[in-house]
Amino acid sequence: MQDVYRGIWVISYRELLRFSRQRSRVLGSFGMPLLLLVVFGAGFNRTIGNLTPGVDFLQFVYPGIITMTVLMSSLFAGLSIVWDREFGFLREVLVAPLSRSGVILGKAVGGGGVALAQGIVLLLLAPVVGIALGPMVILQVIPLLVLVSLTLSGLGILVATMMRSQQGFQVVMQLMIFPLMFLSGIFFPVNNVPAWLQIVSKVNPLTYGVDAIRQVMLGASAAASPLVDGAPLGVTVFGHTMSVLEDAVVLGVLAVALMTAAVWSFNRQE
Amino acid sequence: MNSITVEGLGKRFKDVEAVKDVSFAVAEGEIFGFLGPNGAGKTTTINMLCTLLRPTSGTATVNGYDVVRQRKEVRRSLGLIFQETTLDDYLTAEQNLLFHAYAYSVPKSVREPRMKELLTMLELWDRRKESVATYSGGMRRRLEIARGLLHHPKVLFLDEPTLGLDPQTRRHIWRYILDLRERENLTFFMTTHYMDEAEHCDRIAVIDQGRIVALDTPDNLKDALGGDVLSLRSENNEAAMLEIRERYDLQPQLEDGQVVFNVPRGEQFLPEFVRRFGQRLLSVGIRRPTLEDVFLKLTGHAIRDEEASPAEIMRRRWGGRR
Repeated sequence: MQDVYRGIWVISYRELLRFSRQRSRVLGSFGMPLLLLVVFGAGFNRTIGNLTPGVDFLQFVYPGIITMTVLMSSLFAGLSIVWDREFGFLREVLVAPLSRSGVILGKAVGGGGVALAQGIVLLLLAPVVGIALGPMVILQVIPLLVLVSLTLSGLGILVATMMRSQQGFQVVMQLMIFPLMFLSGIFFPVNNVPAWLQIVSKVNPLTYGVDAIRQVMLGASAAASPLVDGAPLGVTVFGHTMSVLEDAVVLGVLAVALMTAAVWSFNRQE
Repeated sequence: MNSITVEGLGKRFKDVEAVKDVSFAVAEGEIFGFLGPNGAGKTTTINMLCTLLRPTSGTATVNGYDVVRQRKEVRRSLGLIFQETTLDDYLTAEQNLLFHAYAYSVPKSVREPRMKELLTMLELWDRRKESVATYSGGMRRRLEIARGLLHHPKVLFLDEPTLGLDPQTRRHIWRYILDLRERENLTFFMTTHYMDEAEHCDRIAVIDQGRIVALDTPDNLKDALGGDVLSLRSENNEAAMLEIRERYDLQPQLEDGQVVFNVPRGEQFLPEFVRRFGQRLLSVGIRRPTLEDVFLKLTGHAIRDEEASPAEIMRRRWGGRR
């Protein structure tokens, strides 16, 4: 067990150290979400009116953008495994007296740490784009961001254990990132789309992350309040509107399942 | 006590038998070399001894620990320097060492003086704060040696430690290795396909196509060839060969237009030989046999034939290898 803990901390420590030494990555990781926020704030907000009373488009999309940032950084946890394998560092890790499970969890924790830091920076920037967030809201959002990050790190690492080259991993990630992102209710409410799209969105784990964070930020009443055609803003599954806790449980179960699969796959391959 | 014992070790990948029934023992403090061409099974053997690969047959122990059943103990007790570079380019030299110290749970009280000692010895202390990306090939190798020794291993495995380095750097690396043996009573297990490098080893196992074909000290291996190598050219090589065969009962061979044969104590043999020789001699040469000759004799082919091209070396060192 000690080898697992040491694995987690040594590997995650390196991930964070690496991240802090790559200035372009630090800056770049904030650029995209910030750009999106500004564009949505200044652009769409006037064209698209309130989605439901008291919720304008920027307020609607802001929780989604934060989740999206976490998505990108978490999937990076997988890239770092492929990277290490290609540049040889993985062998130094594998021959060290560390447990394989610890190595995988360490990657997830490291990637999650980076993701969380980015999420928090964006949360702190809320007033800049005109969104008011209380400290209580921020405290509630953080554990949700951690859950989202662990789920997606698990996914990224699972894919990475099966990939031999960075190019291969990048291609698979591109194929996954866009559907994950666009079909998660970040940009439009998932109840207000054709039925087939609803189904796809509701098997997307990110949907529950976005929903939970949005409910915390907008309040549960906003989630229940109806859109133009009568369906609620929040995510409904089999006619039931998900609560924050239920969203979190879905994410938690997925996180455990994906992480277990990732550890298993890594153990088998290396 | 033996640092490494190997009995009947074998590794089969699907339909390829990379290592076949290999047995040997390495004594404490010895420099033991695996000499053979690329693809002979050297790296596969190292990987099995370092617990990165599971043997498909046979047993092996490192520092008394079984490489299958006591993997953690084996890992703690050995240092490994890979054929390809395994440093983190984004970190400084010091950070790379720190990572290693954490991974092997080296306490701070040991780590700090040890890092200073090793980095000073390998002449990297002044540049420890620099990013590894700025390091030359030789510096990287030295840093990897320092890293491999950081946790006080008893055995150091080196897989082609000087592959792709220039001759001067190679000499330096060897100076450090020999120095280290003096200081720390380390056991070295190394693989190489450089003949001059194998000469530094106390004992060599010549490996070809997954099998050990000979195992002895470099001198004994060379002596087993039958002494010095004499080569000559005469106006009539055929007649010369006949004369050597009949008068001295030796087995000369024709190589590149030269008559070549082995003879013990060549320098004493030569004057008498020249005086009595019936043919007109164009040239005569005498040299000590090299390990290249040993390899040729044992396997029937030259190791050089299979030496990697520079492009191949770059590919293997810098990426694409799993």
